[in-house]
Amino acid sequence: MRPYWMEEFGNASSIHLQGQKARTAVDHARETLARFFHCREAEVVFNSGGTEGDNTAIFGLLRPGDHFITTSIEHSAVLRAADRVAERGVEVTFVAPSANGLIDPERIRQAMRPATRLGDSRRTLVSVMLANNETGVVQPVEEIGSIAAEAKAFFHIDAVQGAGKVAFDVRRFGCHLCSISAHKIHGPKGVGAMYVRRGTPLEPLIVGGSHERRQRAGTENVPGIVGLGKAVELAMESLEDGTMERIAGLRDRLEAGILAISGTDVNGAGAPRAGNTTNIHFEHLEGEALVIALDLKGVAVSGGSACHSGSTEPSHVLMAMGLDKNAARASLRFSLLKTATDEDVDHVLRVVPEAVDRLRALAPLEASTLS
Amino acid sequence: MPQNDTIAVAMSGGVDSSTAAAILAREGDGSGVSRNTVVGLTLQLWDQTRLAGKHGIPDTPKAGRCCSLDDVYDARRVAEHLGIPYYVVNQEERFERDVVRPFVDEYLAGRTPIPCSLCNNHIKFDQLLKTARSIGAERIATGHYAVNEFDKKRGRWIMKRPADLAKDQTYFLFGLTQEQLAHTLFPLGHMTKPEVRGVARKHGLMLAEKPDSQEICFVPGGDYKQFITAYLEEQGEATSESAGELVAANGEVIGRHAGIHNFTVGQRKGLGVASRVQSGAPLYVLNIDPASHRVTVGADAELATRTLHARQLNWISIAELTEPMRVRAKIRHRHEPAWATLEPGGGDEIIATFDEPQRAVTPGQAAVFYDGDEVVGGGWIV
Repeated sequence: MRPYWMEEFGNASSIHLQGQKARTAVDHARETLARFFHCREAEVVFNSGGTEGDNTAIFGLLRPGDHFITTSIEHSAVLRAADRVAERGVEVTFVAPSANGLIDPERIRQAMRPATRLGDSRRTLVSVMLANNETGVVQPVEEIGSIAAEAKAFFHIDAVQGAGKVAFDVRRFGCHLCSISAHKIHGPKGVGAMYVRRGTPLEPLIVGGSHERRQRAGTENVPGIVGLGKAVELAMESLEDGTMERIAGLRDRLEAGILAISGTDVNGAGAPRAGNTTNIHFEHLEGEALVIALDLKGVAVSGGSACHSGSTEPSHVLMAMGLDKNAARASLRFSLLKTATDEDVDHVLRVVPEAVDRLRALAPLEASTLS
Repeated sequence: MPQNDTIAVAMSGGVDSSTAAAILAREGDGSGVSRNTVVGLTLQLWDQTRLAGKHGIPDTPKAGRCCSLDDVYDARRVAEHLGIPYYVVNQEERFERDVVRPFVDEYLAGRTPIPCSLCNNHIKFDQLLKTARSIGAERIATGHYAVNEFDKKRGRWIMKRPADLAKDQTYFLFGLTQEQLAHTLFPLGHMTKPEVRGVARKHGLMLAEKPDSQEICFVPGGDYKQFITAYLEEQGEATSESAGELVAANGEVIGRHAGIHNFTVGQRKGLGVASRVQSGAPLYVLNIDPASHRVTVGADAELATRTLHARQLNWISIAELTEPMRVRAKIRHRHEPAWATLEPGGGDEIIATFDEPQRAVTPGQAAVFYDGDEVVGGGWIV
């Protein structure tokens, strides 16, 4: 990334030589992304990240009268966009997960509306995430893809969390659209990309110049795109060189160590999960206080989703899986970086039981008395 | 003995709590250490957008309102400036259960509540201390203007009025227990407000000139009647059940009112009746009867009473009241404490008899008793 901030300052859309150098860098990244998605280079659109990708898919395809099928465990970039198109006359169906966090493809099929008459121009869009950001549960996108294809529905995958963690191939997934974010694969923040299958009637979200084949106006974020390309390259390597298996091994050891504490269980247990994440419910505990206590000991974990003020609200994902407010509040997500080591896991396993004991001793059962 | 344990500072985004954090993080707690390990916590208590736009409540919350995004931002900027860890802790459910709901219920029962005291008793000095301990901090600090110290002779923690009597907040803090006082720091207790602003400037806090907030934090625009109407509507509860008669002191019915929550003892405006009833003299609310929904009005002179009864007592400088005691009693935030004699009233009740009759003794308000500068204790006026 570094040269593209200062030395190679050209605008990738300019004709002059400086601009061409930037163009080359962007095209090189596009080639990497195409290999990653398993698509043509012309089907890669760079953007500002996952939220923009999710929004583009939903606002760019759906018109009043259309049908949008998604799930209640999606990221808010999908859920809030769903709310907005619902206000604009799109019919929206939210499919709930099973208790283990998996979306049953049959429920997607049941949500489909039959075409009312021949030549019905009503569009259906299905949007499901590849892996859940809170539980790590990997969704059966291939099955959902073939159900969408049978019903002639469009299919968008929010792959922000799954990218770099599970084998990736948009052809196999059967999707028309797929969004990823650089920062979730150790790349820079504020940049991402979207796969747009050729021929998909997607209206751009941002209009202006003719950048990205008129799919996304605005001067290309050259350093960001270069960084995304590099991150994707490294992510593909990690999937092949055993790094992700190593991380999954560490995650399993971490999980087993935490489950040795009484009154703990894994949210999403039994479902296929991304190897770097575990979401653990601690009975009789204030999740928010545990997050802070662990952070002060150098262990960064997350509770629910950050609300407007920066405090946390109980996770809508866990509540959709059937947990009550208190159980959702008492659940924490541990995610391992690619660089995580055995020593890191040892440290966490020293700190967590101590903090949990302390919290439980201070406020025994108090959380459960709240409605 | 110098203490360098971790201190959790309750930060609201205002000048006072920000300066308290700056003092502890940069100068120490006065026990001899040059600085303390400080963690900043902001309690998220109420979603200011929740009732926005309903029943005349402003659409956009004003700045300087607790829990507004601007104030959380200010608190975070101060923490960043001081280089201390900072977290927002969500206590919205507890706040609604222990402060907002009782606030509404008190008005509906014809009393005039003080939500700040409820918040101090149930949230700030109770839940915050628990949260602090669970994250490894044994003490909390706030930007309140009050002094607390341990008195070896009596073996008790005592609370005293602060150096800046105009900012004295001891009235709202009478409910603090010995345990809470032992684990709380009031770094501003010996400072005046201008001194506090000076210290804020000295430490480069950008909000040194930020105006003080005065209103009830969860009542946007300061109109509690609007708030109660909007809140009850949101909860699906009717508001008009407490409508009733407006009567003169002699029992004569002189009008009707829409609900007893619209009144507080001593109120003059908004009675909805002309003052001609008493030959041109203004009318005041003398009494609110929650059972009959009857609101009695009369002349200013009739508001004066010599005794008050208080319950749910908390004693600070004494273990309990066993015999009559001379004190000065304060019966509302802006009341000049008046000489009175306290006596046990049987059960969980005391009786205060004033030397001079006091105007508008109001059920629901706190009565706080002082011995010189010391807070003896207090309770809720019934």
